[in-house]
Amino acid sequence: MELLHNLFFDYTLRTVAQGSATLGIVSGALGTYAVLRKQSLLGDAISHAAWPGIALAFLLTGSKAPLVLVLGAAAAGWIGTLFVMGIVNTTRLKDDSALGLVLSVFFGFGLVLLTAFIQKMPNANQAGLDKFLFGQAAALMERDVKTMASLGIIALLIMMVFWKDFKLLSFDPDFGASLGFRMRWLDVLLTTLIVIAIVLGLQTVGVVLMSAMVVAPAAAARQWTDRLGVMVLLSALFGAVAGVSGALISSSAARIPTGPTIVICISVIVAVSMTLAPNRGLVWNWIRHQRNRRQLRVEMVLDDLYALTLQHEDLEHRHSVRVLNAMSAGRGGAKRSLEELEARGWAHRVGTEWALTPKGLAEAKRLAEMRGN
Amino acid sequence: MNFSPQIEIQIIAAVVAVACALPGVFLVLRRMALMSDAISHSILLGIVLAFFVVEDLASPFLIIAAAITGVITVALVELLHGTGLVREDAAIGIVFPALFSGGVILISRYAGSVHLDTDAVLLGELAFAPFERFSVFGYALPKSLWVMGGILLINLVFITLFYKELKLATFDAGLAAALGFSPVLVHYGLMTLVSVTAVGAFDAVGSILVVALMIAPPATAYLLTDRLSYLLGLSALNGIASAITGYWLARWLDASIAGAMATMSGVFFLLTFLLAPTRGIIAIARRRVRQRWQFAQTMLTIHLLNHEGSPEAQQERRIEHLDEHLRWAPSFAERVVRYAERQGAIQADGGDLTLTEHGRQIARDGLSMSETSPDQRSEFAIS
Repeated sequence: MELLHNLFFDYTLRTVAQGSATLGIVSGALGTYAVLRKQSLLGDAISHAAWPGIALAFLLTGSKAPLVLVLGAAAAGWIGTLFVMGIVNTTRLKDDSALGLVLSVFFGFGLVLLTAFIQKMPNANQAGLDKFLFGQAAALMERDVKTMASLGIIALLIMMVFWKDFKLLSFDPDFGASLGFRMRWLDVLLTTLIVIAIVLGLQTVGVVLMSAMVVAPAAAARQWTDRLGVMVLLSALFGAVAGVSGALISSSAARIPTGPTIVICISVIVAVSMTLAPNRGLVWNWIRHQRNRRQLRVEMVLDDLYALTLQHEDLEHRHSVRVLNAMSAGRGGAKRSLEELEARGWAHRVGTEWALTPKGLAEAKRLAEMRGN
Repeated sequence: MNFSPQIEIQIIAAVVAVACALPGVFLVLRRMALMSDAISHSILLGIVLAFFVVEDLASPFLIIAAAITGVITVALVELLHGTGLVREDAAIGIVFPALFSGGVILISRYAGSVHLDTDAVLLGELAFAPFERFSVFGYALPKSLWVMGGILLINLVFITLFYKELKLATFDAGLAAALGFSPVLVHYGLMTLVSVTAVGAFDAVGSILVVALMIAPPATAYLLTDRLSYLLGLSALNGIASAITGYWLARWLDASIAGAMATMSGVFFLLTFLLAPTRGIIAIARRRVRQRWQFAQTMLTIHLLNHEGSPEAQQERRIEHLDEHLRWAPSFAERVVRYAERQGAIQADGGDLTLTEHGRQIARDGLSMSETSPDQRSEFAIS
């Protein structure tokens, strides 16, 4: 209760929660496309590549204004992406090597810039740049949140304007190209939006963990739906929930960093989605699997009973449960399946013997014909 | 046996670079480069948890626990991927941030009792390596040299012993399985190697730059050679070069050594990417330009040969006529003529073009090429 109270009335917590929620919404919504287009790890490369951009932007302008740093990060993130695409398109290296190369080398270069120039500046102005590594949500100010929110809203608006174009790009770019859409241009635009989403989160979650905010909400949302619109909304919602709950948890005790906590929250959401989501979730899958197996066993016992029945003139002839058990050997016996048959009214029992009902006979015939014999 | 700290740092850096580059070759070839990223991050959790148990940062148990965490990471990624609910790249992107976050939270929460600091974990610091020394058989060498030397030795032994298995499982996993080598075993063996190497290198260069040392030198070497043995050797050399030049760059700028090593490995990649003899983009661009002119020249000589000695030859051999006949713009036609003249294929006298004997040969080769089988043709095109 007190936490909820603080969420609205404590300035720091409110700002942090707003910032985290904004980042969750934007990266969740745009991350959907990254995940659908098999570019999940592009986010990792972009966020690491953004780091020297932040350092350079600061070195060149001497300013720590969020907009300046965000622009530097976006430019560097973009250059990193171009390198990845260039390496994949012109060499035989695959995207995993290209991503790994770009993310680590750019990061190393950023580290050189930080240690060689920035940390040697005489003024204390440079303090806090290294907070971009893990983010420092507690240092978020209202104007940072405003910058994040306005950039995020612009990115989301562009996403909505190009909704069907991006949909086409994600699911069937060749078809889109044949319709005359400029797929390459759309690719560039969408990647730019993803770069913006990532850069927005650097201050809160940091370079290292930002990729999780792109991948995880979308991967969780994917489990619940097959529709793009629903997936984008759910992904944004999951991102926001993780952001706010991460901010709340880290404020509830001392020395819990916000960024990693947000990542843990979104990971929990992924785990829950993967186990519980209807249709795709693991539990659901398991239940369906069991149900199919039982249905299959019932049909097999029905089939056995039918085969026995066919050997007798009298269709009402009764057969011992022991024969049926022997026929189902290795499949766990016939007892439960026979009871199921009885419940469906396909077989009836006399003592320990069983016979098909007319209804069961018709069903068995139908099944046999369906199998083509 | 005592070297100056400068030399020692360079030796340690070179040993770390080689130890990383060797398993890195297989990561690049098997398209699992980003597993190094995942492993090098999530081992942090293993180190922290092991520290809570043994409460000693120098304990070798930490390395073992970290290596186990690395292998668990790989298994978790495969488990997630195996459910069919997420793709492999997404699985990597979900697993390692979660484990790494766990490690970071534990460190911050118990910051007072752990002498681990998150910056050090990410960035590493090679400059302090010579201070912590450890004596074996009377040789007081830096501790990290012992550790990384040992890991390098393990890597060398593993790769030498299982060279053919690794090669087979990397290039033809199906055949490897059919012949009775378990690709899964090779895979996990390699992943254990990567984990152990990452743990060892972690101290010196930090978790992100481990990735640079594992991926950049093999990626660079892959642009230069097609043989696995050369690939291993070149990667190792490239690693050493990155280490040494990185050290001097760092000294010159007074910057982080690990960062400078990663930067230099990137510079070497960029240079190779641009300048490699057959796979560099400059070589590719030059080849394309040359092929374009050669093709145009062949077209021209065939055209001239076709009409040589015929009644309309007088008209067909005029340079202005190429526009109509070959659909070449006048400026392009002129450049082709000049190129062919330089190659000694034709003689241009005013606007009149005459084939030389060499030019006739080019035309005949070009004509016979169009009659040969497709494979021969492609062979010709490559040479």
